[in-house]
Amino acid sequence: MRRTTMALALAAILFSSLNFPVCAQDASEKEIERYRAMISDPLSNPGFLAVDRGEILWSEKRGTKNVSLEGCDLGLGAGKLEGAFARMPRFFADSGKVMDLEQRLLWCMQNIQGLDTKDVIARRFSGPGKASDMEDLVAFIANKSSGMKIDVPLKHPKEQEMAAVGEALFYRRGGVMDFSCATCHADEGKRIRLQGLPNLSKPGKQPQETMGTWPTYRVSQGALRTMQHRLWDCYRQQRWPIPEYGSDSITALTVFLQTQATGGEITVPSIKR
Amino acid sequence: MRTTSKFAALILSAGVIATQPFAAYAQTATKKADPALVDAYLKATFGKAPPEWQARIEPDDTLKTCNLHRNDVPSAEADKIVKRELAKVVFPADGKLLGDWKQGQKIANNGRGGQFSDDAKTENGGNCYACHQMEKAEVSFGTLGPSLTSYGKDRKFDPAEAKNAFIKIYDSQAVLACSNMPRFGANKVLSEKQIMDLVAFLFDPESPINK
Repeated sequence: MRRTTMALALAAILFSSLNFPVCAQDASEKEIERYRAMISDPLSNPGFLAVDRGEILWSEKRGTKNVSLEGCDLGLGAGKLEGAFARMPRFFADSGKVMDLEQRLLWCMQNIQGLDTKDVIARRFSGPGKASDMEDLVAFIANKSSGMKIDVPLKHPKEQEMAAVGEALFYRRGGVMDFSCATCHADEGKRIRLQGLPNLSKPGKQPQETMGTWPTYRVSQGALRTMQHRLWDCYRQQRWPIPEYGSDSITALTVFLQTQATGGEITVPSIKR
Repeated sequence: MRTTSKFAALILSAGVIATQPFAAYAQTATKKADPALVDAYLKATFGKAPPEWQARIEPDDTLKTCNLHRNDVPSAEADKIVKRELAKVVFPADGKLLGDWKQGQKIANNGRGGQFSDDAKTENGGNCYACHQMEKAEVSFGTLGPSLTSYGKDRKFDPAEAKNAFIKIYDSQAVLACSNMPRFGANKVLSEKQIMDLVAFLFDPESPINK
């Protein structure tokens, strides 16, 4: 019995996201919770290796100007990292654009470091033998907002525009399967195969727990993944075309989701299936 | 609030659909993005994809209506959609609707095809288990759609019900406007034969769905 429960718990953790119950019984749920707590230990979460690599990249002098990223303003002032991720995406006057962390880092690489980002973009998602500067930097910077609450600014008209467009995109159906984000994420207690699906259509706990746990170390992929990768993968599964990395629709969706998640506590990098 | 809704509704009715019942729209509206602006965002993100891929996210008249109402479509619009989609359903020439349930079982389990990570030659699956419970023995099933366990048996293997199932799989919106289910035949995800195999999976007395 005990072994069955444990096996169930392990199976469920493999197939479920971190935050949403599948149809497992209470006992299994408790085991899952215990397992989650166990793997969430920073000492056993490989995502923290990305944090360490990101810290080195942040202070490394690169580009034609041979300077580090420490002069990069993520919204709270040049080089100020604490809490910056919790307030992104946001409008940046120097670029005239609302940017998520990844877009902003690319902008800083180009404009502050004079770095040709072609190679960085080619390695935007890590793979076997292919490290990703962006994943590592995001892990490091996002971790500086751990324990803080999601609080994206919606004051600038461009930020409001992003939130409104993001919401429209969330409900926009398309592709050969007619799928939108809402097809899977607008109802309570649903799952796809065994995977629990968070309802992101309403503000509150579910979007908070979802957005508060990205970036994450994905065990199934053996890699630290960012929200850019999550949404890229969603569009793949939706049978949509390949979304351009760091482009406006992805940022708009992120603004919308962050808005739904307002007040959610950030605990990153997390670890997920 | 009301002004914003009205303004947005005007833009929408001018730009997307000529006759839009205002009342139904205003219920869900908070502040909506201008459709032309949404299109500009989509272009920025998907504009480099091959033309045939971009065409896939160009909504047809039915999806335009579903998107506008977030699937909660007023009855007059729903009737139009059902009529339009029913006209797309092509039945097998010889009138036979049940194929091979064993093939249908494979199609129901196959979630491949149509993703940008798939080889263009990948055969599409129906991925039915992603959303539906089917055979009792298969525990890995989704709950976005209703359970289809004992589907044919519960309907006494009625040929008229098999025909309805063929229509539902071929074009879900020929049955229910703005259904979340894909329009497998109308969107050419599954072939006529594959759909017949799925109908057999549901309606063949030997199919494990009915055991």
